[in-house]
Amino acid sequence: MSRTVIKVENLGKQYRLGQVGSRTLSNDLSSWWHRVRGNEDPNLKLGEVNDRTKKGESNLVWVLKNINFEVVQGEVMGIIGKNGAGKSTLLKILSKVTSPTLGSVKIKGRIASLLEVGTGFHPDLSGRENVFLNGAILGMSKQEIRNKFDEIVEFSGVDRYIDTPVKRYSSGMYVRLAFGVAAHLEPEILIVDEVLAVGDAEFQKKCLGKMKDVSEQGRTVLFVSHNIDAINSLCSRTICLKQGEIEFIGTTNEAVNKYLANDTVSLNINDFRIKSLKHLGKQVKIISIEKLSEDGFFVFGRPLRYRIKVVSTEHQNDLRVLFGIYSTRETIVALSYPELSFELRAGVVKTIEFSVNSNSNLTPDSYLTSIGIIQGNLLGKYQNMDIIMSYSAFDLLPPGGEDLNSNMMNWRKVWGNIALEGAITKIE
Amino acid sequence: MQTENHADWDIEIIPQNKWSDIDLTAVWKYRDLVMLMVRRDFVSVYRQTVLGPIWFFIQPLITTLTFTIIFGEIAHIGTDGMPSFLFYLTGITLWSYFSECLTKTSNTFVANANVFGKVYFPRLVVPISVLISNLIRLGIQMMLFLVVWFFYLAHTTVVHPHYELMWLFPFLIIMMAGLGFGFGMLVSSLTTKYRDLTFLLSFGVQLMMYASPIVYPLSSVPSKYKIFIQLNPVSSVIETFKNLFLGGGNLEWIYLLYSFMFMVVLVFLAIVIFTRVEKSFMDTV
Repeated sequence: MSRTVIKVENLGKQYRLGQVGSRTLSNDLSSWWHRVRGNEDPNLKLGEVNDRTKKGESNLVWVLKNINFEVVQGEVMGIIGKNGAGKSTLLKILSKVTSPTLGSVKIKGRIASLLEVGTGFHPDLSGRENVFLNGAILGMSKQEIRNKFDEIVEFSGVDRYIDTPVKRYSSGMYVRLAFGVAAHLEPEILIVDEVLAVGDAEFQKKCLGKMKDVSEQGRTVLFVSHNIDAINSLCSRTICLKQGEIEFIGTTNEAVNKYLANDTVSLNINDFRIKSLKHLGKQVKIISIEKLSEDGFFVFGRPLRYRIKVVSTEHQNDLRVLFGIYSTRETIVALSYPELSFELRAGVVKTIEFSVNSNSNLTPDSYLTSIGIIQGNLLGKYQNMDIIMSYSAFDLLPPGGEDLNSNMMNWRKVWGNIALEGAITKIE
Repeated sequence: MQTENHADWDIEIIPQNKWSDIDLTAVWKYRDLVMLMVRRDFVSVYRQTVLGPIWFFIQPLITTLTFTIIFGEIAHIGTDGMPSFLFYLTGITLWSYFSECLTKTSNTFVANANVFGKVYFPRLVVPISVLISNLIRLGIQMMLFLVVWFFYLAHTTVVHPHYELMWLFPFLIIMMAGLGFGFGMLVSSLTTKYRDLTFLLSFGVQLMMYASPIVYPLSSVPSKYKIFIQLNPVSSVIETFKNLFLGGGNLEWIYLLYSFMFMVVLVFLAIVIFTRVEKSFMDTV
């Protein structure tokens, strides 16, 4: 059996919410005083499970709690979880950027993290100078960088601009050069967080390829992403984090299923996407979204069914539901617009169930959604009342068994998200 | 998985801070980074300036000129019989090394939060690189000082250097570096949580300059205040420096020793606190 290279035991991390102010000094003093007398720190007892949707009693929360896992050499371990589940904090502790409140991490071998590429790039320095500086920040010696310099420049494809200050670079070139440095780091353990979100499609492919290479060379990779596709194709095992605790750890398939399954959300929170549309949700508010599916999945060929709860501060009529479907790259794929209108009485919660039938054309893949309430007619005059973006994303599974359509499984990879029905009308 | 006995983990991350956490060998491993940062500090400051490194000379020259006019010509503060231009330049050259080290290291955490939040490297690398790049600056400014000094040495008879004590010079530089580094690191560690110190710092440095014998000779300080000036650890370093090159000023070994001990304790304390803070500062900054 391969040897363990990362061992995380009982790891916990506590954060203080809100403003760091005068109270910190008194808390610090009381922590210190209890430590001096050998008592348990009262501030460590406080704190609760990190559920950002609920208002807590205390302003101390555990963003990570009771984290235990081991990673063996050569393994590509994925980490998934919703925003705020503690993924990034976990990586930050592993890469020594911040320290844990409890527990321990033991690591064997050189570790390097790509929490964000281009760290420490100085805009006034040339590409060449930045490669050296950035390489050194990431832990390479000057000699190592010199040996790999040509490779890095070639990988990033900015040969012509290498002696130009990076502030003149396009953002794409900047990222490519930065990732080039990081990709040639060759540590024994590589920590990657969402770097694939940047760059064009071609470059993303290059990055994924590079990560595959790294893992094939027997090195260990920890990979955090929202991109279920990337996790699926790269990782053998995956951790699913939920509110700071490990919900599941095991094969990637099972972890992804767990991640996508529990998907009923109450929405009394200030999500940034909603906040950016300030006038929305003032009079009419969607307060919960529930996916009507036993195990959290939808299956190709069957309707997508949702139940939402809506409330209004004053009487409203002529309201309609909008249901948008987006690809995981956040481009819109389709929009559904059930034409039946409804009305809301002030303060009375209405439950609405709707289903989208046209999904026989939607191909199996992971999708994001937007659910909105409008007043008026979409094709005429209308006003947005509330929109909830990206909650209740769903996976559309290919039909099981020996169904004729089971080749739909492969559809998305090549042919897009909509399977258009077509018919030959004439052959001569 | 078998429960193997791994006594030989390379890295162990635990919450407690121990004395042994102060790891200077780690800084040595990152010496390339130190030098690259020195280079960055140097190059980036003078990119897109017309005069480039000449600014190194302009700054002390204009300050000295201002001091000469205000403190010498207008306020008529004595200079121990030294030519006032040389007298002020001597103090300013050494003082600006101290104050630059202090102010530049004092925002280590806040200014580098972006980098520190993403990559781990020994945080001490940053203040050390500041010390070195300022040392180079000091070297350049010392050339200016030496030119002026030679001029007065050749053309006047009031300058009587103590050549036999010149071996003290490197120690003076080390003490100034240590003091600036120590104070700066303390401030930078404490400002991550309590920003109050940033307000204190800018005028604190200025006040400290007036509490050091830069615009006046120590000999002209009334005896009831003298002890306060001498308790300032920077004072004896500047007095000794003036004594070495100009012949004026007093070399009081006891205060020089006091400053040295002060510096050693300060640097030690600063590194201890800095090491504690670097582990958790991302949560408080």
